[in-house]
Amino acid sequence: MVTIKQLQTEELFGPGQRTCAGCGASIIARITLKSLKRPVIVINSTGCLEVATTIFPNTAWHVPWVHGLFENASAIASGIEAYLKSANGGLEADIIVFGGDGGTFDIGLQALSGALERRHDFVYICYDNEAYMNTGIQRSSATPEGAWTTTTPVGKASPGKSGEKKDLIAFALAHHVDYVATASIAYWGDYITKVQKAAEIRGPALIHVISPCPLGWRFKTEQTIQLAKLAVQSHYFPLYEVERGRYKLNMNPHQYPLDDFLKMQGRFSHLFLPENAQELKTLKDQVDQHWSRIQELCQGKQPGW
Amino acid sequence: MKTVIQAPELVPMTGSEAVAKAVLQAQVNFIAAYPITPQTIIVERLSDLVAAGGTGAVFLNVESEHSAISACVGASLAGARAFTASSSQGLALMHEVLYLTSGLRCPIVMAVANRALSAPLNIHGDHSDMMGSRDAGWIQYYVESAQEAYDWIFQAYKIAEDERVVLPFTVNIDGYVITHSVESMTLVSQERINTFLSPRKAPFRIQPAKPITYGPVALPDYYTEFKRQQHEAMLQAAPVVEEVTQQYGELTGRRYSNLVPYALERAKVVIVSLGSVSGTVRWVAKNLRKQDLPVGCLRVGLFRPFPSEQVAHLLQDADLIVVLERALSLGSKCGPLASEVVSALYNHSKQPRILDLIGGLGGRDIPPEKIEQIFRAGLEPQSRPGLELEFLGVRE
Amino acid sequence: MTDSPKLKPGWRELTPAAMITTPGSARDFLTGDWRTRRPILEESKCTKCLFCWLWCPEPAILRTEDGKISIDYNYCKGCGICATECPTKAISMVDEK
Repeated sequence: MVTIKQLQTEELFGPGQRTCAGCGASIIARITLKSLKRPVIVINSTGCLEVATTIFPNTAWHVPWVHGLFENASAIASGIEAYLKSANGGLEADIIVFGGDGGTFDIGLQALSGALERRHDFVYICYDNEAYMNTGIQRSSATPEGAWTTTTPVGKASPGKSGEKKDLIAFALAHHVDYVATASIAYWGDYITKVQKAAEIRGPALIHVISPCPLGWRFKTEQTIQLAKLAVQSHYFPLYEVERGRYKLNMNPHQYPLDDFLKMQGRFSHLFLPENAQELKTLKDQVDQHWSRIQELCQGKQPGW
Repeated sequence: MKTVIQAPELVPMTGSEAVAKAVLQAQVNFIAAYPITPQTIIVERLSDLVAAGGTGAVFLNVESEHSAISACVGASLAGARAFTASSSQGLALMHEVLYLTSGLRCPIVMAVANRALSAPLNIHGDHSDMMGSRDAGWIQYYVESAQEAYDWIFQAYKIAEDERVVLPFTVNIDGYVITHSVESMTLVSQERINTFLSPRKAPFRIQPAKPITYGPVALPDYYTEFKRQQHEAMLQAAPVVEEVTQQYGELTGRRYSNLVPYALERAKVVIVSLGSVSGTVRWVAKNLRKQDLPVGCLRVGLFRPFPSEQVAHLLQDADLIVVLERALSLGSKCGPLASEVVSALYNHSKQPRILDLIGGLGGRDIPPEKIEQIFRAGLEPQSRPGLELEFLGVRE
Repeated sequence: MTDSPKLKPGWRELTPAAMITTPGSARDFLTGDWRTRRPILEESKCTKCLFCWLWCPEPAILRTEDGKISIDYNYCKGCGICATECPTKAISMVDEK
């Protein structure tokens, strides 16, 4: 297990990028690049991490970095990987694809599926801030039940987003990807280990990282890491990995009340009004069910939903 | 100094097979493609050739055309000489990526097996697919035959990769008519091709030792300058096309041009066209000229950058210009080709009448008899408005 | 002599395709003027745990020779993560004047 002091001091990301103060994605990008020993090529889909870090003539990246369009990061990465592998008789760099939840769960799903199916050697890191944050906090299929977003606003006819968060891990597993994991930057050692494991895999690997967003989730900028921790501790975002189809729980915390996590964020504040009690219960039930499901999968059981 | 050209050995091939052969002779090392009629044979033949081994090329079977061109962009940025092919809906699906490719200055060559666009669904040849993306910043050449399709793959790479240009290039091939018809082809030996086309130099390719950021945001204070760069590259493409076609002509004896004029001197009625129908038009014009009828024709090869001055110069004698085109620009006074012709003639002292004849849509045949009728009708005295659009052979 | 603003480069001088060939050129963009409060380090309380350095999104926290940290006010956006996560409360946030 790596110690903080052992992490490379060379900064391969930033400073000077125009991400918001306290941005989770910024932290994820910086720590990811510190985790890898080999040279890195980054492919980034359109989104917060891309737009805020590369406004001509400024780039926050100290590594080769490619941005194409919103939905084709995985396809561009496929071309880079396949060509370099063939031209150099093997890959001399780690290929990392960064995509937000929007560019992964929704519009980027097809290209991701193709890249996973063809088994390109790359690590896909989805920094999940649970909405289309860069364009102004619109709902994605990663937005949790009941959350306020600008396209699932709260009103008499709507208590926020309706429907469960899509399961990205299950999607990746449908392609029999050898290594898939969830992560939180509050658990930095776990995250670094996962990034390194993913990079070692010959073939595709995917990491789904929760990326708290002060602006979109409506919390104070200093609370980013606290929320990244509470997300895991409240069972909202379980930390687990799946190696060759076998689930393994990485953290089994004593459960903190989900309310502690939800109350820190303005996007859920309406759920604590009496008229939205049912919606709050729906969200809680989902979190509970998801947590039990992951636990059972990790125990080798066959839970339904 | 002319090279001695050996007596050619003729090989029967369809346009698709010819393209596939040329792609690998051009030392393309990256191909990503998705099947769509009538491009499929190109892709299948390429798969065969790569599977046979020894090509040094990677062939990726991707999950859509959008990903096909995207993968090519990635490979091209990494230094590959990349190729893809598509048609119709597939090309349309690539649309946003076509702008990306040109903006990122990736000199990718794509064979487009021109086909009509849905709805209604039609798998046959017309030019509406490429016309729908004509402004994306790709150099566009329309060939007339399978031989041309073969020859243009090499020339396209040389032009696209020229450091004065560095733009992607589509070689447009009429769906079915060229892709699926067998011709007697003259192939060029690998040694000769190697003297014409060297491996790609990609000074800005992805290299961890020289980290570059590709595809950043350019805000209003910079965006215009980058578009001006692309515009310049497109302008530079025209003289580079001249140079390259000259070199290829010396290599093979087949000298291609931006434009293929026929009997334009003192021609009163001229038919302007793109693609394979031009061959039929030329054959009809030849026969009518034997009867001393003052007709001629002009085939446009290079559509982007459009050789406006040359077109204006060549058409200076015509009283009536019939633009026979296989694409529509719905809601406009004229179709895409006529639009270019009209613009080219704007500064001209003489104002000929222009008839934009929309025909051959969805693969409808334009037989010689119809073309003869067009010429003869054009020679009749008549009062027609200066610019007019008509559908050729539509059942009322 | 008038102080004329530096004109941005024209299309002929710019790298084609908007490629940025200077890695990390965002350093020219000083985000320090974003902040409304600034972190102040009380050195004596610092245990060199480096959590602040690890989690700074910019980074605006630099590791020093003696194993401690220093704050780079050129880039610090004043998010306050360092102050919140410091286990010994060696960093406190004060309002910018």
